[in-house]
Amino acid sequence: MEFLRFLLRRVLWSLLVLVGLSMVIFIIARAVPGDPARMALGPTATQEQVADLQKKLGLDRPIVQQYGLFIAGLAHGDLGRSLLTERPVNDDIRDTFAATLELVLATIFIAVVLGVPLGVVAAYWKDRWPDNVVRIVAIFSAVTPSFFLALLLQILAGYVLHILPTTGRLPPNFDFAPTHTGLVLIDSLIALRPDAFLEGLRYLLLPAIALAAATMGQMARITRSSMIDVSSQDYIEASRAFGVPEWVRVCKYMLRPSFVPPLTILGLEFASLIGNAFVVELVFAWPGMAAYGIRTILQKDLNAVMGVVMVSGVFFVLVNLVIDLLVGLVDPRVRIRGSRQ
Amino acid sequence: MTDALLSVRNLSVAFTTYGRTQPVLHGVSLDVPARSHVALVGESGSGKTVTMKSIMGLLHMPPASISSGAILYDGRDLLTMPRRERLKLTGTDMSMVFQDPMSSLNPVFTIADQMSTILKYADKRLGRSRSRRQRMDRVLEVLGQVRMREPERVARSYPIMLSGGMRQRVLIAMALLSEPRLLIADEPGTALDVTTQAQILKLLKDLVEERGLALLMITHNLGVVRETSDYVYVMHKGKVVEEAPTAELFAAPKVAYTRALIDAVPRLTGARPTQRMEAAP
Amino acid sequence: MSDELTLAEDAPRLSSAYQSWYRFSRNPTAMIGLVIVAVCVLAAILAPWITPHPDHVGAVVNFRARHLPPSADYWFGTDNVGRDIFTRVIFGFRISLMLAVVVLGTAIPIGTILGLMAGYFGGWVEIVFMRFTDIALAIPPLVMALAVAAVLSPDLVNSMLAIAALWWTWHTRLIYSITRQLRTREFVEAAETLGASKFHILFREILPNCVSAIAVKTSLDCGFVILVGASLSFLGLGIQPPTPDLGTMVASGSAFLPDYWWESVLPGCAILFVALGFNLLGDGLRDLYDVENVR
Ligand SMILES: Nc1ncnc2c1ncn2[C@@H]1O[C@H](COP(=O)(O)OP(=O)(O)O)[C@@H](O)[C@H]1O
Ligand SMILES: [Mg+2]
Repeated sequence: MEFLRFLLRRVLWSLLVLVGLSMVIFIIARAVPGDPARMALGPTATQEQVADLQKKLGLDRPIVQQYGLFIAGLAHGDLGRSLLTERPVNDDIRDTFAATLELVLATIFIAVVLGVPLGVVAAYWKDRWPDNVVRIVAIFSAVTPSFFLALLLQILAGYVLHILPTTGRLPPNFDFAPTHTGLVLIDSLIALRPDAFLEGLRYLLLPAIALAAATMGQMARITRSSMIDVSSQDYIEASRAFGVPEWVRVCKYMLRPSFVPPLTILGLEFASLIGNAFVVELVFAWPGMAAYGIRTILQKDLNAVMGVVMVSGVFFVLVNLVIDLLVGLVDPRVRIRGSRQ
Repeated sequence: MTDALLSVRNLSVAFTTYGRTQPVLHGVSLDVPARSHVALVGESGSGKTVTMKSIMGLLHMPPASISSGAILYDGRDLLTMPRRERLKLTGTDMSMVFQDPMSSLNPVFTIADQMSTILKYADKRLGRSRSRRQRMDRVLEVLGQVRMREPERVARSYPIMLSGGMRQRVLIAMALLSEPRLLIADEPGTALDVTTQAQILKLLKDLVEERGLALLMITHNLGVVRETSDYVYVMHKGKVVEEAPTAELFAAPKVAYTRALIDAVPRLTGARPTQRMEAAP
Repeated sequence: MSDELTLAEDAPRLSSAYQSWYRFSRNPTAMIGLVIVAVCVLAAILAPWITPHPDHVGAVVNFRARHLPPSADYWFGTDNVGRDIFTRVIFGFRISLMLAVVVLGTAIPIGTILGLMAGYFGGWVEIVFMRFTDIALAIPPLVMALAVAAVLSPDLVNSMLAIAALWWTWHTRLIYSITRQLRTREFVEAAETLGASKFHILFREILPNCVSAIAVKTSLDCGFVILVGASLSFLGLGIQPPTPDLGTMVASGSAFLPDYWWESVLPGCAILFVALGFNLLGDGLRDLYDVENVR
């Protein structure tokens, strides 16, 4: 019950964060010198063309009214129209978002599945060689710029070893399109196309590794320090005294209470993960939001840019809500008290 | 005295930190005969917990090292017997009650989960087997034995849902799971308020007497000694400085240190100490 | 009165400075980090005098020497117009470090003051400030910088402002959590009882206790700001050519992969090198000050 209330409170705060985000973004996009319509059309457009576009997109109305329209649109999940193509921003983002989502989910999976065990290993052999190896790996993966790692992986796997494709999401002219969820790995299973699944995986692997490295390093570091913290607790000593075997103690009694800090950090660092996704997508020509975002930015299509930032923000907020839920599942104290600490 | 259930002989323990070796126990000897109630008393830092950990095999080596001595249980030396043999005894035949009910239970698992896990692996070590259902029954039975009113509800609870006194009872129940013959209690209940602590001590005493268990009560409080024990070892700076039957010790303490300890006993026995006694190493 | 207090508290701190240095110097990772950072900073400052081809910083074209692999003359090889990459990398450190200094120089004071106030005053100050940080946390700095670049123009100053505009949140959160813990401690309450001003309490009582955490965070952050900055210039939103910039060099060199690998790989390694230095230093400081929760 307390937990439900906790989640509800988090949802409300998240909505507030999104409203705040929309304001910030709107102010940046509208309150700057220059006229969005003029910017989008460029210096060669005539005065009439500009006025026309302004009228069409509501840019001639008072700023508060514009924001009202923007927010009303958002509430319906409508991000407005591109200043350039006049296509709904929604359609453009929908087409690209699934690819980004697939990449980010794969990244989180890799980061957690590798990072947490590495942290456990390091904590278990604290100050011995496995710990030192993990610490070095964690530091290097945290400080290698994603785009650089992406390039290195491309050189290594694509040009030197010739084992994995280096650009795109599926082979060119491949007769499969993810139509259900938009995620290749899932849709190929639904469509019973193991060949598409394998191809999708081959294409996904390098970008996901490049993007996952930094987060994985953080996961490993934080899991390690959290495990070390827990390992000195009385209850671990007590389970030792009662003869609970070592592996149960480490993998059950120590691991579960250690989970909250890495989960929390995963949520907080998610924003920078989205940022890195932009560069990684660019390097691997991954058909995600980044290419769209960067194109619209260079074309000064402010409505589209606002859409991209808003979607990133919603993505961040949703991931953090899921993490709140997970934290509650892992730690009964959060469930019972209805708060984190 | 060789017939004692537990006999610590001339035990010396040292800790090595940052390359410096510091002796902590200097030849400690003590005996706990079967069915007897023995106390080990001494101020904080005198080495009581280290003694307990040596007996229970809980010392982390390194940094700790046992430089000499023997710990006989049923006449067999725990320090030289194979690890597997030793693990059959610790946590089962010789068991312990932890001090701090707030920190000695894992916060993210239910009481039932923690207790049946202990039972499961105790059974495994001893070559017994029980079904999940039977383990649960045993858990509920023991929770009933420590005078818990609603064992089912307690078993389903997470530690945070229980009061300090109830958690301390759970810790006692954990120690009783595998029907031990020797119970070692390290400052039980010191983290609780006076009334609850008195109840816990009474419960412990009753349980030990009912089942004819041997008890090694570790405490810094001579008031507790008087209530729970027949024989006392006084420990100071890693040495046993005096030993005597409880009544004798109170009547005629031989060393000045004991006298000082007796003088320090609050009028109301079991009164809460003003400072927290030790930081868990 | 406050002078006496400060004196009494400062005395042990000074005498332990040597001890701290001793412990620090025995910590291999911290020392490696310090050396790397020192090398990078010195190289950046002394760039015009220590680089073999300082004139290659500008728009020099030397087609006969283009795409040369690393050699004794050109340690990191040459780029597609024949400029010495090593020289340009050293000058690139200047931009990276300047970015870190400007961003953190703006973000830390703002973040610290907001964190102190939110943590100490509580109430609506806390609610407003901390919700504001929540909002800022939801925006990826890189995406924000992109958006700002779209609105204004893609250049270094705008990118720096955009990053700084989000970076303070991390410091606010950190200082806030420390202040919350310190608010009820004896020395703060004592100062309150003695009628010390809010200013005194915030900046003379609480702030000194945040210094070690700030030092650790700053060192780690220098590395991360440099990484974000490099990503931006990799996308073409950093300082504009021909001024050397590490991210830009990786991007332009990547067009010639894999044959002329050094043109992107070596500048990339240089970014990694600086970021590594700051991270190792931060890690070492964290061990030294025992502030495990600072990331
Ligand atoms: N892990 C450890 N490392 C170093 N010294 C320790 C450790 N554990 C205990 N000691 C030392 O052993 C001495 C006895 O401690 P302890 O047995 O806990 O005392 P108490 O009688 O209060 O239970 C103390 O002086 C303590 O400094
Ligand atoms: Mg003790």
